[in-house]
Amino acid sequence: MYVYDQYDQQIVEERVKQFRDQIRRYLAGELTDAELLPLRLQNGLYIQRYAPMLRLAVPYGNLRSEQLRKLAQITRDYDKGYAHISTRQNIQLNWPELEDVPDILAELATVQMHSIQTSGNCIRNTTTDQFAGVAKDELIDPRPWCEIIRQWSTFHPEFVRLPRKFKIAVNGAVRDRAAIEVHDIGLEAVKNDAGELGFRVLVGGGLGRTPIVGSFINEFMPWQHLLSYLEAILRIYNRYGRRDNKFKARIKILVKALTPEVFAQKVDQEWQHLKDGPLTLTQQEVDRVSQYFTAPAYETLADEAALLASLSAEHPGFGRWRMRNVFEHKQPGYAAVTLSLKPTGTAPGDITDKQLDALADLADRYSFGEVRTTHNQNIVLADVRQADLFELWGELRELGFATPNIGLLTDIICCPGGDFCSLANAKSIPIAEAIQRRFDDLDYLFDLGEIDLNISGCMNACGHHHVGHIGILGVDKKGEEFYQVSLGGSSGRDATLGQILGPSFAQDAMPDVIGKIIDVFVEHREEDEPFLDTFRRVGIAPFKERVYAANH
Amino acid sequence: MQRIIKNGVVVDESWHLLPQDTPFESVSNSDDVIVPLSMWLEHGRALTVRDGGLGVWLESDEQIEDIADDLQHFQVIALNFPVFTDGRHFSSARLLRERYGYKGEIRAIGDVLRDQVFLMHRCGFDAFAIRPDRDPEDALQSLRDFSVTYQAAVDQPLPLFRRRAQPA
Ligand code: SF4
Repeated sequence: MYVYDQYDQQIVEERVKQFRDQIRRYLAGELTDAELLPLRLQNGLYIQRYAPMLRLAVPYGNLRSEQLRKLAQITRDYDKGYAHISTRQNIQLNWPELEDVPDILAELATVQMHSIQTSGNCIRNTTTDQFAGVAKDELIDPRPWCEIIRQWSTFHPEFVRLPRKFKIAVNGAVRDRAAIEVHDIGLEAVKNDAGELGFRVLVGGGLGRTPIVGSFINEFMPWQHLLSYLEAILRIYNRYGRRDNKFKARIKILVKALTPEVFAQKVDQEWQHLKDGPLTLTQQEVDRVSQYFTAPAYETLADEAALLASLSAEHPGFGRWRMRNVFEHKQPGYAAVTLSLKPTGTAPGDITDKQLDALADLADRYSFGEVRTTHNQNIVLADVRQADLFELWGELRELGFATPNIGLLTDIICCPGGDFCSLANAKSIPIAEAIQRRFDDLDYLFDLGEIDLNISGCMNACGHHHVGHIGILGVDKKGEEFYQVSLGGSSGRDATLGQILGPSFAQDAMPDVIGKIIDVFVEHREEDEPFLDTFRRVGIAPFKERVYAANH
Repeated sequence: MQRIIKNGVVVDESWHLLPQDTPFESVSNSDDVIVPLSMWLEHGRALTVRDGGLGVWLESDEQIEDIADDLQHFQVIALNFPVFTDGRHFSSARLLRERYGYKGEIRAIGDVLRDQVFLMHRCGFDAFAIRPDRDPEDALQSLRDFSVTYQAAVDQPLPLFRRRAQPA
C-alpha cells in the first residue's frame, strides 16, 4: 500500500500542529463553538451524545500491521479499548477526551495516519472495492487512482467550504462492490476500443434524506484528465450548489434541478478551460503511485481445491466458513478472507484493542502485513495462501472473527445510532442484536442465502438502509423510537432504492417483522433464488399483506 | 481606523467600503472607494472618471462573470463572506486570477477569520479584512500553516506531483 514520502509526512505533521493550536485557542476562549465546528469536523471530531467521537481516516480501507498496533495502543491509552469500523471504511473512537485529540493525532502521524476530512463539508475519504488488486473480475486496480484523488482532495484550497459533504467512490471491477452509484461522484474504470484507460463518471447519487441513484454524465474520460474533470465538477458544485438549506445542499439536488444533461454541459464548459493544464496527470505520477500497489511477493502455488474440499468434508464448520468468508483470488493458490465483525452480541463493526493487536499479527503471518476495512464493516486479509486457510480459521475462531455470515442476514450494516450518535432518532445496535438472536440457526441462515440488512438510526443513512435488500430506519414517533422498514434496495450495479413497506414498528416488534418478511420470501422463493430476485419478481404486496395482517 | 492584512503585513486601511444602499450622489470624488456591484453596473461610466481610487465588491451570490470585462477599472475587488463557511468566493478568486488574469488586490471582507486565510491566500486573495473583533496580527500567523501543498493554485502553479517529478 501507499507509503508517505517527506511531503506527505510533512503535511500530516503540520496538520497536527495546526489543529493543536485550534484546540488551544478554543479552550482559551479565542474560538467560539460555532467557529470551531467546521474546523473540528474537518478533522473528524464530533461532539457526541456522551463524549466526543473521533473518526480516523483509513484511505480506501488500507491498513498496515504497524498502524493496527498503533490503533490498539490508542484505544487503550485514550479510549475504552475498542474501535468501530464505519461504513466509509474509516475507524471511529467513541470515547476520546477533547484535550487529548491533538496527542492522538500526533501518535497517528508517526504511522502515516490522520483524520483529515473525515467529516464536514469537504471531500471525504475516497472508497473502493475491498478486494481491489486481488479480485478475479478486476479490470484495473482502483487503489492508485484513489490515492491520486486523495492527494488532490486533501486540503484542496477551493473545496473545503463546500455547500455540503462530498463523497467519491471508485470501481475497477465487473461487479460493483464499492456502491459507486450512490455517491456524489462515482468513477468506473473502462477501456475504449483502442484499449486505453478512462473513467465513466457518475454524479449526484447519494443516500440521506433524498436518496437517489446518480446519473452518468460522461462515458469515457481519459485518465490523463481525471483530476481536471473532477475539479470542474467540484467548481460547478461549489459555485452553484444550494447553501440556503442544508437538506438541499448536496450535489444531487443541483444535478436534479439542472437535469443531468445541463449539469454535464456546465461541467464540460468549465472543463474546457482546465483541460490540458497543470492538472493533467502524467504517466510518471501514475507509475510512482502504482508502484506501491504492485502484487506482493506471491509464491508460485497451485490451487488447493482437493485439500480444501476434504478439510471441508471433515470439518463442516470450516466448510461453512470457507463458503461464506473466503473469496476467490486471482493469484493461484491464494484466497482473500473476510473476518466477520458481526458475531451476535457485539455492535456491528466494533473491534477491541486485543483483537486489533491480534489482527496485526495475523496480517504479518498470513497476508503480507496488510488488511483492508470494508464498507460492510468487516475486515479483509487479502492475500492468504489457500494451504494456510485451515490453520487461519482455527485462529480466527479463537479471536471471535470466524462467524461464517458474510453476506448473510446477520452480516448487518449498522450505524452507531442512539447509543452514541446525537443525531439519532432511535437506537440501531439493539435492533441488529435482536435480529441476530432471532436468526441464530446457521443452517437456516445459509439456506436463506445472500440478504443485505442495513440499519440507520436516522435519515442521515450512515447505515445505508436505502440500499439494503431489507432496510431499517429509526424514526421518531411522538417521542418514541420506531422503525420504518423498506425492501428491495441494492447497492450494486444498477443500484436501486428500497420501497417503504408501510407504517413503522415499535422496537420489540422488529424481530417478528423481519421474521414475517423472511417467511414470505421463503414461501415465494423459486429454488435457490436470492432474496432480491424474489422480491423483484413478486413485488412488495405479499410482504405488506403478511406484515400488516391483523393478528388472529 | 481598521487594520487589515495586505500582502502579508498588517496595514492601516484607507479605502472606504460603501454599503449596499449607498446613494450614488453621495460618493466622494477623491476618496478611494469600493462600491457594491449594483452601483458599478448602474453607474460604471461615471465611476471611472472620478479622481479617487476605485474598487468593487461582490456579495457571495454575485458572479465575477458580471465584471469580467471591466477588470482594468478596479484596483481592488472585494469578495464578501456572509459567513466564514461560505466557500463560493474561493472559486471566484481563483477564476479572477487564473482565468481572467486580474492582477490587482483581491480582498476578503465580511466574516473573515484566521483559520480561513491560508486557503484564501492559496486561491488568490492577497488582502484580508479580518473581522473587527479579532486581531489581524494573530491571523497573520495562519498564513504559514502549511509549507507543503498538494494542489496547483494561485500561489503555486504546479501540483505537487509535477514538482515531485522535477529533479531536486
Ligand atoms: S444514521 Fe443517523 S443515527 Fe446513525 S450514525 Fe448516522 S447520523 Fe447517527
